[in-house]
Amino acid sequence: MSALLQDRRAVLLLGLLAILALAPLAAGDYMLSILITVLLQAYLGMSWNVMMGFAGQFSLGHALYVGLGAYAGGALFVHYGTPPWIGAFAGMAVSAAAGAVIGTLGFRFKVMGVYFALLTIAFAEFTRVLFDHWGWVGASSGLFLPPAPNNSPDNLWLLRGSTTMFYYVILGMTAGAFWFCRALLMRRIGYYWQAIREDQDAADALGIDVFRNKMIAVLISASMTSLGGMFLAFFNNNLYPESIFSMHRSIELMLGTIIGGIGTLFGPILGAVVLTALGEGLTILGAHIGIDGVKQIAYGICLMLILVLKPGGLWPWLRKLLRLEGDGR
Amino acid sequence: MNTAAPMPLPPMLVVENLGKSFRGLRAVNAVAFTVPRGDIVALIGPNGAGKTTTFNLIAGALPPSDGKVVLDGEDVTGLGQAAICRAGVGRTFQIVKPFAGLTVEENVMVGALRHDNGDVEKARAASRAILDLLELGDRAKDPAQTLTLPDRKRLEVAKALATRPKLLLLDEVMAGLRPVECDRMVAILTGLNRETGLTILLIEHVMRAVMALSHHVVVLHHGEKIAEGTPAEVTSHPKVLECYLGEDHE
Amino acid sequence: MDATFFMNVISAGLLTGLVYGLMALGLSVIFGVMRVVNFAHGDMMVVAMYAAFLLYTKLGIEPVPALPLVAGGLFVVGYLLQRFLINHFLGVTEHIQFLLLLSVAMIITNVVLMVFGPDARNIQLDASFESYSLGPLVLDKVRVIAAFTAGGVAALLWAFFRYTTTGTAIRACADNPVGARVVGLNVEKLYAITFGIGTACVGAAGCLLLLLVDVHPHLSSDYTLLGFIIVILGGLGSLGGALLGGILVGLSEALSGVLIAPSLKSMFSFGLLILILLLRPQGILGKKP
Repeated sequence: MSALLQDRRAVLLLGLLAILALAPLAAGDYMLSILITVLLQAYLGMSWNVMMGFAGQFSLGHALYVGLGAYAGGALFVHYGTPPWIGAFAGMAVSAAAGAVIGTLGFRFKVMGVYFALLTIAFAEFTRVLFDHWGWVGASSGLFLPPAPNNSPDNLWLLRGSTTMFYYVILGMTAGAFWFCRALLMRRIGYYWQAIREDQDAADALGIDVFRNKMIAVLISASMTSLGGMFLAFFNNNLYPESIFSMHRSIELMLGTIIGGIGTLFGPILGAVVLTALGEGLTILGAHIGIDGVKQIAYGICLMLILVLKPGGLWPWLRKLLRLEGDGR
Repeated sequence: MNTAAPMPLPPMLVVENLGKSFRGLRAVNAVAFTVPRGDIVALIGPNGAGKTTTFNLIAGALPPSDGKVVLDGEDVTGLGQAAICRAGVGRTFQIVKPFAGLTVEENVMVGALRHDNGDVEKARAASRAILDLLELGDRAKDPAQTLTLPDRKRLEVAKALATRPKLLLLDEVMAGLRPVECDRMVAILTGLNRETGLTILLIEHVMRAVMALSHHVVVLHHGEKIAEGTPAEVTSHPKVLECYLGEDHE
Repeated sequence: MDATFFMNVISAGLLTGLVYGLMALGLSVIFGVMRVVNFAHGDMMVVAMYAAFLLYTKLGIEPVPALPLVAGGLFVVGYLLQRFLINHFLGVTEHIQFLLLLSVAMIITNVVLMVFGPDARNIQLDASFESYSLGPLVLDKVRVIAAFTAGGVAALLWAFFRYTTTGTAIRACADNPVGARVVGLNVEKLYAITFGIGTACVGAAGCLLLLLVDVHPHLSSDYTLLGFIIVILGGLGSLGGALLGGILVGLSEALSGVLIAPSLKSMFSFGLLILILLLRPQGILGKKP
């Protein structure tokens, strides 16, 4: 019976992937850009989930890694023509280093809970102001990536191209991230992370190297997030420290995962869908009211409702409803 | 494993002159005892005697102020919990700490993953075997938080056993159990000790269990050892009778 | 840049710092008694600032006389918020509580944005252009007024906790909620009052701050973070610590504004926060947990 359920989930998942892969044939650029938003939100949410949901470390300054990845890829491209896929490694290295610093300081000095969250905010804000004054990356005036000339073919290597190209890139990244997270959860480290998340002391007593495992979560999460940052840089073609390192962005990338279900595999994806649908729905309904404000209020209310009614997130509830429970993910 | 070793194997645990001060308060003072290989030793004494502190010093949850802890010939004094576990100690917590978000089976797997290169399937199999031993096999797929207290206590033991310890430390594992449950746990532990030669050190208030389980008893009072011997010797020792022995939780 | 210049910068920083201290007091009281980290306090302060703004522009009431009104209004808001929403979240995991207040903050900030628009607003009193001379020092009149009022409110608060029955009862709850319940104190009500007091402090600070800076909706996140820096610096839960932290931050802001580039001063503050979190998380006057 369990094998059948597993099959059912796998079938649904593959079906979904197939539909998404074929979407550009039917959807126009507008629809595609909405899907890109959903996928990017899901991707970033999954990256955050590794640190918070799997290892239980509350990071409220994840925009730091988005920004570092974005600027690394972007600045190297602008100044040296470095292809983004190479620049991505630089971004991941820098982000991982930042994560290592935060993690080491936090874990060694036993900064926990709320204090840890504040530490992460402080680092993100510090970096934001730093980049605001750093000429090489354009400081507060921003960094601009040269767009490809009109009607040139898609260049995957340099990430200059059509919306469709970007769509497939982010689809690949998100699918890859999902598969990666699933693999992590099924291996020893996944079990160790969950043990640490549930009860750090008990995990310690079972011989688990808590510091090392927490650090691995931070490093993976930071690196994954930075790749998402790089995508953002090349998709938007412009970067401002104010926006890419902001607390606003840190909060935004967490929301989907919280709504969907922290610690679950599908939570971030479901959350991304819900949030984007909500946002787009509001855009359609009330384009003439101060749109940004309304969307944020809606997100705030959504968050509050979830925390009050379903703090575990929507996915566990939906999963039960659809009777899709396999091994509890 | 030694086959024709010229030297006898060292005792499983030697505690020498162990002491712990908390800001001027001497909680444990000059405590010394030995736990022979394959024996079950009980640490008893009235409330506040320093049993839990001693226990935590041995388990690595607290660093000692002075003294030595030697596990199977290896000095483990002052090592942290994780290192001591890796050296071969498994411990339970008095206030049980199940991993609430995981199933019973997964709870045990966490400890089992220390071995076999972290192979998840082998850990699952090992976990099943341990759960069967602890009579929790049928609850394997249930969320740990749905377990009743007696089951949780057995899960606690299962988790510690998963790390394949040489020495099992049990912290008041009988507390809160009805006599029937208590006897069940005693039977499991005795069986384990007999079949596998697992050395056990336990803190206990429930005298029924102490008498049934232990080969040897160490009595603490005011942070110091006041007596030791077989259960029979200790329960008739004048010094022990003098201080509060510990209620028989019937 | 001579000695007089620096003395003026320092005194301005000290005075502003007192107002910051009052704001941080609110945060500290709430944490000290209920262990709740009010992530929405910057937003409440912004609401207070707008309220003071409206009272002046529509009714001509200056911020200092308006203070009791605004603080009173915010007291009610805080009381209701605690009683009906936050109360249910007192025992839950830390991060859920944090996120809840975050959601409150999100809603407030954007309601304010929608009602008032994104542009900065400020008020100009006659006093805004006047100053006092104290020897070589030239002190802005508004800054002096703000600082003294802040000090006065803080003193009132201290007296409240020290000498009134309710204040003592609240302190009892902070030390031992279970014991407090046992002796018959209505802990829920006392918590609600405490939250109200906290938000009232923030409201008072907001009123005074309007004398010194312009208000716009996104000020809230700046002041939420500033509040945390102050409170962690001074010690979460310590009233004296909040004031001390406020003064120190006011000073460092003023000094770093002239010694380093003005826009870098927040970087300095964050650096300070990181150091404190690592080296002395209980703050200067806080107790080790």
